[in-house]
Amino acid sequence: MSVVDRQEWDVVVVGAGGAGLRAAIEARERGARTAVICKSLFGKAHTVMAEGGIAAAMANANEHDNWQVHFRDTMRGGKFLNQWRMAELHAQEAPDRVWELETWGALFDRTKDGRISQRNFGGHEYPRLAHVGDRTGLELIRTLQQKIVALQQEDFKETGDYESRLKVFQECTVTRVLKDTASEGGSAAGRVSGVFAYERETGRFFVLEAPAVVIATGGIGKSFKVTSNSWEYTGDGHALALLAGAPLLNMEFVQFHPTGMVWPPSVKGILVTESVRGDGGVLRNSEGKRFMFDYIPDVFKEKYAESEEEADRWYEDPENNRRPPELLPRDEVARAINAEVKAGRGSPHGGVFLDVSTRMPAEVIRRRLPSMYHQFKELADVDITAEAMEVGPTCHYVMGGIAVDSDTAAARGVPGLFAAGEVAGGMHGSNRLGGNSLSDLLVFGRRAGWHAAEYAQGVTYQRPPVDDAQVNAAAAEALRPFSAEADREGEAGPPENPYTLHQELQQTMNDLVGIIRREGEMEQALRKLAELRVRARRAGVEGHRQFNPGWHLALDLRNMLLVSECVARAALERTESRGGHTREDHPTMDRKWRNVNLLCTLADPTGGLAATDSGRGQIRLARESTAPIRPDLLALFEKEELVKYLAEEELYE
Amino acid sequence: MSSYEARFKVWRGDEQGGGLEDFTVEVNDGEVVLDIVHRLQATQAPDLAVRWNCKAGKCGSCSAEINGRPRLMCMTRMSVFDRAETITVTPLRTFPVIRDLVTDVGFNYRKAREVPAFVPPAGLGAGEYRMMQEDVDRSQEFRKCIECFLCQDTCHVVRDHEENKTAFAGPRFLMRIAELDMHPLDAAAETGLDRGRTAQDEHGLGYCNITKCCTEVCPEGIKITDNALIPMKERAVDRKYDPLVWLGSKIRRRSS
Repeated sequence: MSVVDRQEWDVVVVGAGGAGLRAAIEARERGARTAVICKSLFGKAHTVMAEGGIAAAMANANEHDNWQVHFRDTMRGGKFLNQWRMAELHAQEAPDRVWELETWGALFDRTKDGRISQRNFGGHEYPRLAHVGDRTGLELIRTLQQKIVALQQEDFKETGDYESRLKVFQECTVTRVLKDTASEGGSAAGRVSGVFAYERETGRFFVLEAPAVVIATGGIGKSFKVTSNSWEYTGDGHALALLAGAPLLNMEFVQFHPTGMVWPPSVKGILVTESVRGDGGVLRNSEGKRFMFDYIPDVFKEKYAESEEEADRWYEDPENNRRPPELLPRDEVARAINAEVKAGRGSPHGGVFLDVSTRMPAEVIRRRLPSMYHQFKELADVDITAEAMEVGPTCHYVMGGIAVDSDTAAARGVPGLFAAGEVAGGMHGSNRLGGNSLSDLLVFGRRAGWHAAEYAQGVTYQRPPVDDAQVNAAAAEALRPFSAEADREGEAGPPENPYTLHQELQQTMNDLVGIIRREGEMEQALRKLAELRVRARRAGVEGHRQFNPGWHLALDLRNMLLVSECVARAALERTESRGGHTREDHPTMDRKWRNVNLLCTLADPTGGLAATDSGRGQIRLARESTAPIRPDLLALFEKEELVKYLAEEELYE
Repeated sequence: MSSYEARFKVWRGDEQGGGLEDFTVEVNDGEVVLDIVHRLQATQAPDLAVRWNCKAGKCGSCSAEINGRPRLMCMTRMSVFDRAETITVTPLRTFPVIRDLVTDVGFNYRKAREVPAFVPPAGLGAGEYRMMQEDVDRSQEFRKCIECFLCQDTCHVVRDHEENKTAFAGPRFLMRIAELDMHPLDAAAETGLDRGRTAQDEHGLGYCNITKCCTEVCPEGIKITDNALIPMKERAVDRKYDPLVWLGSKIRRRSS
């Protein structure tokens, strides 16, 4: 069966968003022959939807900013669960990563003295986000895309072939990371040997043999009904890592962005950038009240304004006033909106009002928030310069992800596997600050590409062999939806429509493992996931393998079901509320959970999914204690603040 | 909220050929054409091929021709059509069909590679770039491009003239040249590369006869013709006929 096309590369990057492209650029510049595989066309990745900006302490807008302040904000935003070494590297290296983009042709908005302008955002003490209007993600992806083309032009001059050292396989999907099972024992066994993929256009299978694989596939939002995420966000990389034997970290932390569109239904969930609030927009309930003043939690009391007057003065005079509570971290704002709607003070379509129309002149709104202006005008028939927007929480980002080494981005437990960007866990702790995602992509994308290239060069003379049996098994798994109706032992039942299964999964996660969680509902979700898992084995498709979206979805279901189970199990286990994990039955943050990581692994790593029975579930959970925060980093905080987060014994170590 | 049944004709087929297929499908308040195509997939035609991604007009994936007009399906509201009207959705005509609404847009990626990249200025390190907002405004306008390739699709130079594809980069990539040419710190000239002249000599600027079709279909509202193509054409003419203007432009460039 395995007459599958094979090619040899040094580094394979799965995903072509910000992290994947930055990794590919780095690996190629360090001499590794690098292949990038992405599900969409080159340059269309979900990163284009990032609006607000890239957080980096360049101190262009406020001279007091530096990496230490950025580090502090990041740890506070994540409620101190962050993998602190990642937060440190991120804060230190983000400015260089932004400036580097300028040398590749990026054009950010400017300050009066010609430097990169920086804007305010939730949870950031100073204006820190480098931006281009509200289309910063597009600028980032285009700049990286054009840098890749520039490198290909160099290679063309030298070799006559644009793709001799750096090639993008667009509209292809990876379904398995392959591992060396042939080499006996020692350090060689279990190393990454390549990936198995199919071309979406033709349905043709192929294998890229490579000793190093960087996973940069983004998030999991498509498992939820209301989401700002695109179709690509089916948790592929999370699932690929799990299936390859790597653990996922803290999957219970899912960020619900406070402001998604709520109407019309077909656009429900589409993002309304936080810049709207950063630039002066305010949240009001149906009574016209700026309700965020009622929702400032104790840990943030000293840092936020107590009155509308003080909050409004802050935009002009941040030295002598505190910031408006609309700019609290996203988890706080999302919960507040949820509570207002639940209390019956919502807007007509079940959100709250976000208003810029009374806060700045129409012309300023159109200049600073052009995409938002058009988005509302064209999709909802709302003129945001004349009336308030209706907004509500939308599933936006997963903080949890592949457990990685902070410095090298190497996945734990699988030599040769690396991960960067949203798919990697740890960096953002329990909640990500706006703007820290784009900087995360650049900082850790570069590190992943660097260490993947170094690792690949170290094994040049003993490349791990690709195992034919694994290739055959992967091919059979991928073809399964075409023969789903064939009656198999113990799986009687009609073929299932993958679209229906997907809708039921989204509804389940949205209703039962959403923004506010309860024990009984999560147990119910796990039962429903087990049922869906069984039915998904009968997901059948019509037609043939050429550009067949029904087939693609049937294959993506495996990943969404795996990842959803991780989220539900971890959320059930963590009996506290922290960041992007809110338990109605355990409503407070518990200092005893501060240093606890939850790791998800595959329950049956040998047999793959075929052996899994419905009742048992596929995921095993383990707890581990986080490494103590380095003393010099702890010293950046006041003792009074640390007391709110850290357990007694951590404080006195 | 009110829903109704709409009549659709969707082109189905592949490079071998195909034709319009009739559908009757439910439409709800506030929906866009892409929602309807998704409903067709979920209920009537699970293997209907369509390319999409962000569904918010930001990625430029879901380009198609709706009633003959190049548009993004995610930004075309159903409310702009009469309820009795039959809506016809066909793939972009300028590019070869792969399947159904999906076309091979590889032409655009090949053209992208032919435009020499940004040349960083010698002697300026990362972090030392200084540019005034008014000097980057114009290039920023061009960088709003989401690469939906609707302008490439509609441009009559290549729409029905396969033979022009080799010599003509199309509005999107001529605009890319203009963007780099107007970039305040691009140092291409210092390396002997005259971007304006290559636009004329190597990328087919001369084929454009400024009918502004590209500007009309641009979902980002970029004034491709007025702000990118015409200024480049004017300078190409200046350079050709007026050596003083040519010299002047060189001197101004160096001192800026």
